[in-house]
Amino acid sequence: MSNFMARLAGRNRKSANQAKERLQLVLIHDRTNLSNSVLETIKDEIIEVLSRHIDIESDTVSVEINNDGRQQRLLADIPILGAKRKR
Amino acid sequence: MAAKVLTVTSGKGGVGKTTITANLGAALASHNQKVVCIDGDIGLRNLDVVLGLENRIVYDIVDVVEGRCKLRQAMIRDKRIEGLFLIPAAQTRDKTAVSPSDMVRICDELRPDYDWVIIDSPAGIERGFRNALAPADRVFVVTNPEVSAVRDADRIIGITEAEEKGPAQLIINRINPAMVERGDMISTIDIVELLAIELIGIIPEDSNVIVSTNRGLPIVLDGKSQAGQALQNIARRVMGENVPFLDLNDQGGFFKQIGKLFSSGGKNE
Ligand SMILES: Nc1ncnc2c1ncn2[C@@H]1O[C@H](COP(=O)(O)OP(=O)(O)O)[C@@H](O)[C@H]1O
Ligand SMILES: [Mg+2]
Repeated sequence: MSNFMARLAGRNRKSANQAKERLQLVLIHDRTNLSNSVLETIKDEIIEVLSRHIDIESDTVSVEINNDGRQQRLLADIPILGAKRKR
Repeated sequence: MAAKVLTVTSGKGGVGKTTITANLGAALASHNQKVVCIDGDIGLRNLDVVLGLENRIVYDIVDVVEGRCKLRQAMIRDKRIEGLFLIPAAQTRDKTAVSPSDMVRICDELRPDYDWVIIDSPAGIERGFRNALAPADRVFVVTNPEVSAVRDADRIIGITEAEEKGPAQLIINRINPAMVERGDMISTIDIVELLAIELIGIIPEDSNVIVSTNRGLPIVLDGKSQAGQALQNIARRVMGENVPFLDLNDQGGFFKQIGKLFSSGGKNE
């Protein structure tokens, strides 16, 4: 039932907004040639490298691409727990 | 005189390049400018029929490149519109019959004697597009308010930048104000935001375009049609005039928003 309602809601959303949202994603992908799975790998590797030096909240790390005009940027948001003592 | 070369291109086909080239040419000529339109779509020539000059073709651009005639012999003078000339494409050859350096050479030969050279590029990112891009001083990318056309426009804008022919300017063709109003057509403001380049024209969907194409008479000569007016406005902007965009009452505060977009660095550079 709730699935059905969600689909209905989807159908009622303005198609122009859907077009815009879909284009936003497609253009980022076209411009950077980065797939979601590559982004996931990048995220895992960032977590791995940073974890050697600091405690991070790995569950809430986010890595995403934003655009600033025609320039794409990789934004990583990495919550820090605290400095880890290294030998 | 030192003509500027304007290239009208798009990623997706059928978005209005030929219509825009013909009308920009006619509009500029009506402002006492000397204009040469070049059909860059070898094998699929069309600019001749849109301009109504198809019966006067003797030589084409491939004849020029292959030395069968002089450049001036391939130029058809429009008898109705003073100052407008066409160099037709070959119909029975393919795009490889002309090279980017051929196009540069032809344009350089025209530059001293004309104000504008406008190249009607084929769609896509192949040889014909490369030919049209090579001599360009300014590039106009045409799109329709549709997902696939906007996506393909983005590719062309990227290549134009990579080839150091940018920044390209955007023409959005076939806007239907009623559809935008009810949320079923992506709006001008959204397209400009997505593509992040400067807008130089918005042309409404207008059945008069088909009528004028039937007659082989540029629609800019019809002062009453909205599309004709929009195309006239593009020509004036090309000449450096500051012309406000037509109010198609479709944009929901478009004019205010577009001001904001550009002043907040939405424009490239
Ligand atoms: N603003 C418009 N309103 C209505 N029809 C249009 C408009 N612009 C172009 N067309 C029509 O769309 C078709 C494709 O246009 P054309 O200029 O040949 O595109 P392209 O050169 O990009 O392939 C033509 O039939 C033309 O008459
Ligand atoms: Mg065409």
